[in-house]
Amino acid sequence: MFMWIIKRDLLLAMRRQSDVLTTLFFFIIVVSLFPLSVGPEMNMLRTMAPGVVWVAALLASMLSLGRMFSNDYVDGTLEQMLLSPQSLSLLVLGKAFAHWLVTGVPLVLMAPVLGIQYDLPTDALLVLTAALLLGTPVLSLIGAIGAALTLGLRGGGVLVSLLVLPLYIPVLIFGAGAVEANMAGVAFDAHLSLIGAFLLVSIVFAPWAAASSLRVSLE
Amino acid sequence: MAINWFKYSSPASFYLLAGKMVPVFVFISVMLLIVGLYVGFFVAPTDFQQGEAYRIIFIHVPAAWMSMFLYVVMAFWAGIGLAFNTRLSSMFATAIAPTGAMFTFIALWTGALWGKPMWGTWWVWDARLTSELILFFLYIGFMSLQAAIDDPRRADKAGAIIALVGVINIPIIYFSVQWWNTLHQGASVSLNQAPAMATTMLTGMLIMVLASWMYSIAVILKRARVIILERESHTAWVAELHKKGAI
Amino acid sequence: MGGYGLYVWGSYVVTFMCIAGEILLISNRRRTLEKQYSHIEDLDNNETKNETTS
Repeated sequence: MFMWIIKRDLLLAMRRQSDVLTTLFFFIIVVSLFPLSVGPEMNMLRTMAPGVVWVAALLASMLSLGRMFSNDYVDGTLEQMLLSPQSLSLLVLGKAFAHWLVTGVPLVLMAPVLGIQYDLPTDALLVLTAALLLGTPVLSLIGAIGAALTLGLRGGGVLVSLLVLPLYIPVLIFGAGAVEANMAGVAFDAHLSLIGAFLLVSIVFAPWAAASSLRVSLE
Repeated sequence: MAINWFKYSSPASFYLLAGKMVPVFVFISVMLLIVGLYVGFFVAPTDFQQGEAYRIIFIHVPAAWMSMFLYVVMAFWAGIGLAFNTRLSSMFATAIAPTGAMFTFIALWTGALWGKPMWGTWWVWDARLTSELILFFLYIGFMSLQAAIDDPRRADKAGAIIALVGVINIPIIYFSVQWWNTLHQGASVSLNQAPAMATTMLTGMLIMVLASWMYSIAVILKRARVIILERESHTAWVAELHKKGAI
Repeated sequence: MGGYGLYVWGSYVVTFMCIAGEILLISNRRRTLEKQYSHIEDLDNNETKNETTS
């Protein structure tokens, strides 16, 4: 069941290539904007790099949250999912995982390339990629709650960001903090383990919360 | 005799009860406010270190405490409303949110005005000020979600979920901001514990805290009554109440 | 206020303005509600009057 929904969502995503690419290009454009605004001066960019990459990752994954449930909501498959004997949380977990595969993984793969643009040392790049790898699923899971709550609302896109951004802040702090700690030569594994902890907590609670918000939205 | 707790859980009887309680709490809060301000401004000595500026503490600390406390109370009532499907508790949570947001704003505003003479800048990324700001965003998120949904039942339930998710995140946000703050430029000049307070200062502040409690109860009950009226406009008891002109 | 008058009074004034604003908001929300009800009431009265006369 879990596999089924992931395969199905990936298939849907593949059919609409543009969704995957728009999120990725949004990420690239936002990250490249900062040197233009702040100036090409290298060590300024180097100190800013983790924060910029993480904020861009946050915004990029949030952009595509709206589409996580809305297509199924519009053509009614979401109601079928609600009625199906399968546990809704598992379905939501599958959907969040598929959303992560479609938006999170490209960001993780693209981050080192952009890191070079900011002249990050190689081990900082590795830490950045590891932190993003651990952090982006948390973004998709918490984002699933926001997407489920604002299903079918007018102006839902803006509302999701208002609901979900405060909840992203711990991941942002420790994600950017890990890379900064590494660049400052300090141990960064505490940060990564904390993001791992956020990941585990959100894997357990977020699908349940998103499932109950789906039930609320579709009642 | 068994106390029938659920008598007041119906909007109609709660409306009348709240109507009787509001003036009582308004009176108490005004009294406490006068006493608190008197103690705060006339009895409490000038602080040797901060001069007169510390008198802002008499509204800054109560507002900050109230903003955090009201969010937890709001999440509690929202949770009850979600679990037991009692409309009145969800209405109560909706009534609490604006007052909580107002106290958060006051805490931020007075914090900035107090920071200017003491730390030289309007805004310092002190851990508590930052988590207060994030708490403000949580309030705004709750209120805008409820405003965006037309059907009151769904608005209550959706608000309840985001309030409960928020309340779980408050400690996480607080500690990550705390860690973040000490991580960056070391522990900045932060008012980590209230300066050794003379007793009169402390009593002044505690009176003001009580005054803000009473004020919040009065305002929240008042707003709850208006929300009840709005949502129960189709019912007979409202029409009959209106006829009697006792709305 | 030892030179800090601006800050102390600035914060107190804003606080009381917020409190007053909140109370005013609730009362005019209530007033619009009452207008609505009396409006509905008038409609009901007219209806009953028309029914009886026609």
